[in-house]
Amino acid sequence: MTTNQAIDPVFVFILGACLVLLIGITAAMITFVIRYRRSRAPEPTSQVEGSFWLEIVWTALPTVLVLVMFYYGWSGYLALRRVPPGALKVNATARMWSWNFRYENGKSSNKLMVPVGKPVVVLLESQDVIHGFYVPAFRVKRDVVPGMKNHVWFMAPKAGSFDLFCSQYCGKGHSAMITTIEAVPEAQFNHWLNEEKEEGKEKGHKLDGAKIAQEKGCLGCHSLDGTTGAGPSFKGIYGTKVKVTRDGKPMTVTVDDAYLRESITAPGAAIVDGFQPIMPTFGDLTPDEVGALVEYIEHVK
Amino acid sequence: MSLPATSSDGFWSDTGKTGIASWIFSTDHKRIGLLYLYSVLGFFLVGVLLGVLLRLELMAPGRTIMGPQTYNATFTVHGVVMIFLFIIPSIPASFGNLVMPIQIGARDVAFPRLNLFSWWLYVIGAVIVLTALFTGGGPPDTGWTFYVPFSAKTGTNVSLAVLGVFVLGFSSILTGINFVTTIHRLRAEGMTWGRLPLFVWSLYATAWVQILATPIIAITLVLVFVERVVGTGLFDPSRGGDPIMFQHLFWIYSHPAVYIMILPAMGVISEIIPVFSRKPIFGYKMIAFSSLAIAAAGSVVWGHHMYTSGMSDTAILVFSFLTFIVAIPSAIKVFNWVSTLYKGSISLEAPMLFALSFVLLFSIGGLSGLVLGAAATDIHVHDTHFVVGHFHYVMFGGTGFAFFGALHYWLPKFYGRRYAEKPALVAWALMFVGFNIMYFTMQVLGIRGMPRRYYDYLPEFARLNLVATIGSWILVLGLIILLVNLFRGLFRGEAVGANPWGGATLEWSIPTPPPTENFEEDPVVTHGPYDFKGAGKP
Repeated sequence: MTTNQAIDPVFVFILGACLVLLIGITAAMITFVIRYRRSRAPEPTSQVEGSFWLEIVWTALPTVLVLVMFYYGWSGYLALRRVPPGALKVNATARMWSWNFRYENGKSSNKLMVPVGKPVVVLLESQDVIHGFYVPAFRVKRDVVPGMKNHVWFMAPKAGSFDLFCSQYCGKGHSAMITTIEAVPEAQFNHWLNEEKEEGKEKGHKLDGAKIAQEKGCLGCHSLDGTTGAGPSFKGIYGTKVKVTRDGKPMTVTVDDAYLRESITAPGAAIVDGFQPIMPTFGDLTPDEVGALVEYIEHVK
Repeated sequence: MSLPATSSDGFWSDTGKTGIASWIFSTDHKRIGLLYLYSVLGFFLVGVLLGVLLRLELMAPGRTIMGPQTYNATFTVHGVVMIFLFIIPSIPASFGNLVMPIQIGARDVAFPRLNLFSWWLYVIGAVIVLTALFTGGGPPDTGWTFYVPFSAKTGTNVSLAVLGVFVLGFSSILTGINFVTTIHRLRAEGMTWGRLPLFVWSLYATAWVQILATPIIAITLVLVFVERVVGTGLFDPSRGGDPIMFQHLFWIYSHPAVYIMILPAMGVISEIIPVFSRKPIFGYKMIAFSSLAIAAAGSVVWGHHMYTSGMSDTAILVFSFLTFIVAIPSAIKVFNWVSTLYKGSISLEAPMLFALSFVLLFSIGGLSGLVLGAAATDIHVHDTHFVVGHFHYVMFGGTGFAFFGALHYWLPKFYGRRYAEKPALVAWALMFVGFNIMYFTMQVLGIRGMPRRYYDYLPEFARLNLVATIGSWILVLGLIILLVNLFRGLFRGEAVGANPWGGATLEWSIPTPPPTENFEEDPVVTHGPYDFKGAGKP
């Protein structure tokens, strides 16, 4: 069973029942207003102050109805919580304002590649504030809370590209913290999962700084075209002198290899004036990857 | 302020002080009620302006009129202003003060000076909140929910804003204490609990929630303040804290707070519908009881804001169940209001139109709340525009429309003059149509998966967002007509007598405008609040 199959019938039931109730209430109101309007009914024809039995009826019926809704709502929710055995495990890391997905073999990606028709469980981890993992197409959502081990599972019913939103407000780039789930046939998925990793092993090839900047979400805050985002633009920054605050003291530093390296590994150490100390620590970067990033930033002109 | 039309100026003239001091240092509940009324109306207009700007920005994808930081600050300030400065004090502090003491046959509230102090606290809190917008790191960008760790990290001026809300909380608590004491101690002879107008019952239930729940938000916001200033790490997992704990503390107040917002509105509706049907309210006891039931049960459902947070499934089971239970008393109220119309003599004047549209809009909001109460469906629509649509249906379509109904229903009593009927009908129609275009569309957007607090969105959401924005223009046009017509009427409109609507509660038995002491002689109550047989002709 997919998550859609668990949730959609509950939607149909609750929305249907609500619609019937709403039509009933509206129809009664409109009928009464027309029939008993003052021009037609100059005096009230009843001064009745209540009815014990009616109160019983319209207390009991809604009680039954909401209990049924509660039950369906709960059983549908349980389906979202029961991860099918053998589900593919993916680690998701959320940070302001990007997603990164890591597979068990070490492969990482900023799009969530999954095989069609296979259950996938995503283990959620936040590096800074609370984010939300939301895939409308699969009706699943789970907050990504720092210090908490949350998870979410789903199964893509068909091949395609499905939007993945951040649903928990996380600051300036919240609405840009979106990516996609790419559901592909299993064979294609397995091929993708294993290709680059092996390639990398064989050739020991040079790391691509541009690709890392893209995948780690650097570009969400640091633009390439000179526009100011949540952080300084990469464009032409290498070699310039910037005013920073280090240990509470203002000073001027030159943006060189050492400063860039420090800014990536310990982002809070020396913040450029005019920016907030909000950049997360990228603890999963290897020294080689940091080096590749520094080299890449050096060449953004 | 210009004077009312009748020969006796009532509480407008009879005062020891003069000029502005006769208002801002007055202990007369009617003057304090009007102080509150104009304060909350002012902030309502600020909130509306911000809301219109938000809708303009969302009219098309990408940047329309502002950048993301400004947008985030705008929706935060819209929420803070609307919730803490408008809707929480709106009906209880303005109409509660104006009407409640008269309705129970009292000369004033139990603690008139404390009452004035509450208003001053409100003003001080409001000034602090406004100061926060223009000082420090700029207006807060956390959303009105102030969720940690974001609110502990952001460089914007959150500390001062939460301090302002802290002060506002005390204003609310003191009003609650005052009203509970007043209703217990100052009822006139013969004003038994069974003869209390339902508006008073609703204020009574509300006051208890204000007293019991508000301290929790005050403490929580102090914790955020301390977290930011001292760095205690209470909510920081890397130092053993827990961000989810903040959400519990926040919603322990903020969910009951929605009942602080809606219960007085339900009270207003329970006054207007019988008067304009000329028929006793159907099921008086059940409506009064359901107010208390909502206040009590509503205090233990806060966890339904947190189904996706990662709190335990057992907690979700319990909170979902309790949430559905709280739906029952609300349904009872709706059925009783509709039944009151049966075999009545219904007059569709402005207060009644707002009251009837309240019932409809509140029903839509309440029913969409069932989608949010059920665990399975909430997961999909949580934190989407569905939620935004839902609470605007309840808070704006509910409390807002009840507030507009109350403005038309009660203000003529205090000004001695009334609005013109036809422009009021036009205003109501525009607002009703614009409201539904705007917020129903938002609910559809949410079901389609558009998250809330999104500055930018994917092209697939563009058309519905445009529709919602157009709805906001119609709504605002109606609102402008409403306010112009209302206040034009209050100062220059047709004069009204003591009982323009034929009401049977005590405020209609005294002269218009009410004298400073309300009653020349202490009244003796001999009939129920909706006994129209003895009431005068309109």
